Amino acid sequence: MQAQSPSKQPEAVEQRAVLGDALVRLGATHPNLVVLSPDVSRSTGAIKFKTAYPERFICTGISEQNTIGVAAGLAMQGWIPLVAAQSIFIAGKGWEPFRQTVAYPHLNVKIVGTHGGINVGPDGVSHQAIEDIAIMRVIPGVVVLAPTDGNQVFSVLRAAIDEPGPVFIRLERSAIPLITREADPIHIGGSNTLVEGNDAAVIAIGSMAVAGVEAANLLAHEGVNVRVISMVSIKPIDEAAIIRSARDTGALVVAEDHNCNAGLGGAVAEVVVRTVPVPIEQVAVRDIFAESGQADELREKYHLTSYDIGRAVRRVMERREQLGWASR
Amino acid sequence: MIQPDIAEELGRRARRMRADIVRMTSMAGSGHPGSAFSAADIVSVLFFSEMNIDPDRPQWEDRDRFVLSKGHAAPVLYAALYERGFISYETMMSLRRIGSSLQGHPYGVMPGVDATTGSLGTGLSQAVGLALGARMRGSRSRIYAVTGDGECDEGQIWEAALSASHFKLGNLAVFVDHNRFQVDGPVDEVMGLRPLADKWRSFGWRVEEIDGHNYGDILGFLERSRQSAEQPSLAVANTTKGWGVSFMRGNKYHARVLTPDELELALAELQFPSEAS
Repeated sequence: MQAQSPSKQPEAVEQRAVLGDALVRLGATHPNLVVLSPDVSRSTGAIKFKTAYPERFICTGISEQNTIGVAAGLAMQGWIPLVAAQSIFIAGKGWEPFRQTVAYPHLNVKIVGTHGGINVGPDGVSHQAIEDIAIMRVIPGVVVLAPTDGNQVFSVLRAAIDEPGPVFIRLERSAIPLITREADPIHIGGSNTLVEGNDAAVIAIGSMAVAGVEAANLLAHEGVNVRVISMVSIKPIDEAAIIRSARDTGALVVAEDHNCNAGLGGAVAEVVVRTVPVPIEQVAVRDIFAESGQADELREKYHLTSYDIGRAVRRVMERREQLGWASR
Repeated sequence: MIQPDIAEELGRRARRMRADIVRMTSMAGSGHPGSAFSAADIVSVLFFSEMNIDPDRPQWEDRDRFVLSKGHAAPVLYAALYERGFISYETMMSLRRIGSSLQGHPYGVMPGVDATTGSLGTGLSQAVGLALGARMRGSRSRIYAVTGDGECDEGQIWEAALSASHFKLGNLAVFVDHNRFQVDGPVDEVMGLRPLADKWRSFGWRVEEIDGHNYGDILGFLERSRQSAEQPSLAVANTTKGWGVSFMRGNKYHARVLTPDELELALAELQFPSEAS
């Protein structure tokens, strides 16, 4: 890989643009992997798997509920079915059959929800999944993962396929600057620390973890050293990393392109309140429906930028001071 | 015409299963005995004549599979599993009790139970996946399912119907247990399905209308289903809810169990007085 000058922005890549290649690679090593697509293989990139392994690709038509049920049946015949589809439709419409016929019997079914968050952009609210993490993580026994950027898509998928049982993988739609390396260790229940720091910690997922790194770079110029963690495993969540961050910094910011209710913010807060209760600020969609627009315009209007993360860091540090918190 | 001794044996099995159903639901204090009764003859034929299954190898991967899509009729499945030697009498009688392996609705993790159902509309999709998955493995395993008629209100049933014929699943045979009642009343009043057989035909299935309490009809349908290479088969099985015990006919016992007195009456009519069989 070519070395980049510090000022140069890293290349930005859509996660779905690498999904198809990742599936093809995994199809070679996992002969039981079957990919199901409810008529969205071009949009998700799964069409590459269809080309490579036509006998292991199943187009199920525009029918999310049936797709989940068919996946359950395939899993009971020893296959590893993976459904790739727009998150709002597969997690939303598919939720009840997934809960009943996949999660309850703990079948080995993987769902890749593409198009998570408002950064879906011009397609608008109907296609912007801001509830998917919440509704999937409340189901008992379901693993929920979110790769930081395109470089982590393959290793997150591999971890999901090697984990027996139901897994939901959340991808985002718009291009994300590549800041991780494919060799970064990924494991269920783990996270990646992207930036070290002890003044505050930003715990984030996907594009918001990348925004967290940008915020940390800006704050570093002001003498504030912020830790940035990409919580790749939302469930089971990396409790040790959260507790360590709370102890070390006493000031947490949770950032996600998801509604502020019951997503990563809720998941982190659930750990913090029963372990090391420290103030938390959230950078998330503020319990409203967004609208059509370009991804960067939407991020700005709905307060999901690195600037918003920076302001949240300042706020939470102030709250920490008001509480008279002393580092342990 | 089938041999009289075969019909007699299947009838005896079905009577025992109906006796098991009222015993276990009355013991549990809740359940859907009427809905289980209407499917008892179909399930009897599947478990004692049709399906290639082995109680000594409940997870044998090339076994035939049975999906009780109308999961609330679970007691008919449990009765069949007991009569076929998959579970003990004690296990059967532990239905719906805390700690029991017999859940109120079928739990596919339990040996002998091939799909998790109870949410109406979800079973047929699983049957489609099981049939596809078997074919992709090169297995000759056949997949059977029983849905309710009220269950055909569910959109997912028709998504599954569309996909089964699209995928040319000749290894799939389904019965619609057409007992003409659902929770709130007659099917015709709650949500009309007519013409039900034509709807399935138009979705590309090989469809027969049969008497769901006639063993010749049921066996004949299954025989012809095995000849269908590329088309899933469906029987609109005309049945009577509560069939087998005169006072249980109709919708009264959809989700109501028998009182101790009613239980004695029912067992007497089924020619299985109250001692454990």
